Amino acid sequence: MIRPDAPVLLEVSDLHARVEEQPILKGVNLTIRAGEIHAVMGRNGSGKSTLSKVLAGHPAYTVTAGSVSYMGSDLLELAPEQRSRLGLFLGFQYPVEIPGVSNLEFLRVSTNARRAQRGEEELDTFAFEDLVRERLKVVQMDPAFLDRSVNEGFSGGEKKRNEILQMALLEPLVAILDETDSGLDIDALRIVADGVNQLAGPENATLLITHYQRLLDLITPDFVHVMAAGRILRTGGKELALELERTGYEWVDQELASLGREPAEVL
Amino acid sequence: MPNTADWLTQLAGAPLPGRSQEEWRFTGLAALEALAPELWSGVDPFAQLSLPAGISCIGADQAQGLQQQVLKATGGSDAWSVRLNQGASPRCLALRVAGAADPLQLHFDAGAEPGLRALQLVLVLEEGASLELLIQHGSSGPNATSLVAVAQLGRGAELNLGLLAPGDARASLLSHLSITQAPASSLQLTTAVGGWALSRLEPCISQLEGAAHTQLRALQLVDGQELADTHSQVRFEGPDGQLDQLHKVVADGAGRSVFNGAVRVPRSAQQTNAAQLSRSLLLSDRARVDTKPELEIVADDVKCAHGATISRLQQNELFYLQSRGIGAEQASRLLLRGYCEEVLRELPAAAAALNPLTLLLREHP
Repeated sequence: MIRPDAPVLLEVSDLHARVEEQPILKGVNLTIRAGEIHAVMGRNGSGKSTLSKVLAGHPAYTVTAGSVSYMGSDLLELAPEQRSRLGLFLGFQYPVEIPGVSNLEFLRVSTNARRAQRGEEELDTFAFEDLVRERLKVVQMDPAFLDRSVNEGFSGGEKKRNEILQMALLEPLVAILDETDSGLDIDALRIVADGVNQLAGPENATLLITHYQRLLDLITPDFVHVMAAGRILRTGGKELALELERTGYEWVDQELASLGREPAEVL
Repeated sequence: MPNTADWLTQLAGAPLPGRSQEEWRFTGLAALEALAPELWSGVDPFAQLSLPAGISCIGADQAQGLQQQVLKATGGSDAWSVRLNQGASPRCLALRVAGAADPLQLHFDAGAEPGLRALQLVLVLEEGASLELLIQHGSSGPNATSLVAVAQLGRGAELNLGLLAPGDARASLLSHLSITQAPASSLQLTTAVGGWALSRLEPCISQLEGAAHTQLRALQLVDGQELADTHSQVRFEGPDGQLDQLHKVVADGAGRSVFNGAVRVPRSAQQTNAAQLSRSLLLSDRARVDTKPELEIVADDVKCAHGATISRLQQNELFYLQSRGIGAEQASRLLLRGYCEEVLRELPAAAAALNPLTLLLREHP
């Protein structure tokens, strides 16, 4: 939903970042307002996943230039846990398995950290169980997964549902979903997409990172951005994704060449 | 007062093992030598024991014979820790289990009394018998506990034995556990040890004719100047035996952890299926971990897997938790607890009420 007067939640300006000595992001600009759904598309290595990790504060990435403003404060100054507590959410492409840590306990601690930040009362075990059982419905998840260790032995689809369950509990203002569609069969994809649609509203925003149109058939983006060589090369509406589906990414190489960059740099 | 090293030598009838002996190469006995050279004079832990249904006492003479028989079968007779125990006027509890006994719990708390305390336990599980036994050790002073526990598992018997031992930085624990298994028997041994100046565990298991199942789970934690050593040995004296062994370590401060896991598969032990994994978590630059599998495999038709990892807390796990609003310190604590829980959840059910993790991590509840 595009409302030009909606408040800006996230503003990325000329963002540069590297991992080890390798520059990956080379000047990303992106403005996200409340109510909007954005999709970032691009080839492998274009910098899509790096953008999501930098926004969430992954310690392996170093920001070398640019700024990110989140709800008016400097996002890059915040520790990853503070970003989450303030409502920034990253759905992982590869959710991490943590043996020995109960999923239920993890979800409770995490939810309470967010609630405390919002000035809400922390939930005890019983109250949290009620809440989590209600939110399980968003992703049609079996309660048995609560008693297991975090993501341990979950299938690819179960892990992604667990991510969306976390999103449902944390009620983020900006949710970044990094290739949430990868590794999902069509039924799981539908469930996950349905979950995301239920959680999207006028007060929050979603940033989908994806390779494929098939996710965007189920979640309609307001904006589609094409990333290449660490920058957003083109921005359009949902029709841009359909155009990409038809034409592929060859035009990207031409456009980069005209900008004086080698296609090799894309990778 | 005599010199403690001389006194211990006299009790054991053998000099203190030194670093030139492979079995003790990484394990100095300074903590034992710092003891007052006297026998512990606290209350006899076996004095007022009430035994659950299905368990009866065995006479002293018979108990001695059984002990020797088991130690001979596992090769434990010559262990220095066993000799020391036998020379230190041990208190002995000998039990026979028939049928499915109710769970048993033994608590050996040395308290703050100084000196060396020797305890012996002899267990006989008759054919088809089953027992869940939790042994809890503790100390709050400059003392040493020496335990020699032997168990004989009859055909089809099941023993779930747990040893939960939160210690004291002035105290030592020497625990030798020799167990023989008849075919179709099942042993589940879980040990969790932490906080001792010196701890040495010697589980020695012998599957007398193979065809039995052995599960070993161990967690040892060291911090400060502590030293924890586990020397385990599993022997298969016949075919179709199974072993599933996981040994976990948390090493912090300037602590030192030693693990030596011997698995012996002679020619007669065809179709043995054994897996041993050693995992160590190194939380400080000054801590040290020595870990060594020792596989002696002569039979040619067997599966014997082994592996060892030493690592720090995983950055990707930490980041995942942090990205969900959990602060770095709490995230580390959750990961550490999870790491330990994998072993602790295997302890006999009675352990849960004792909050083993809190005891071992020395956290305030």
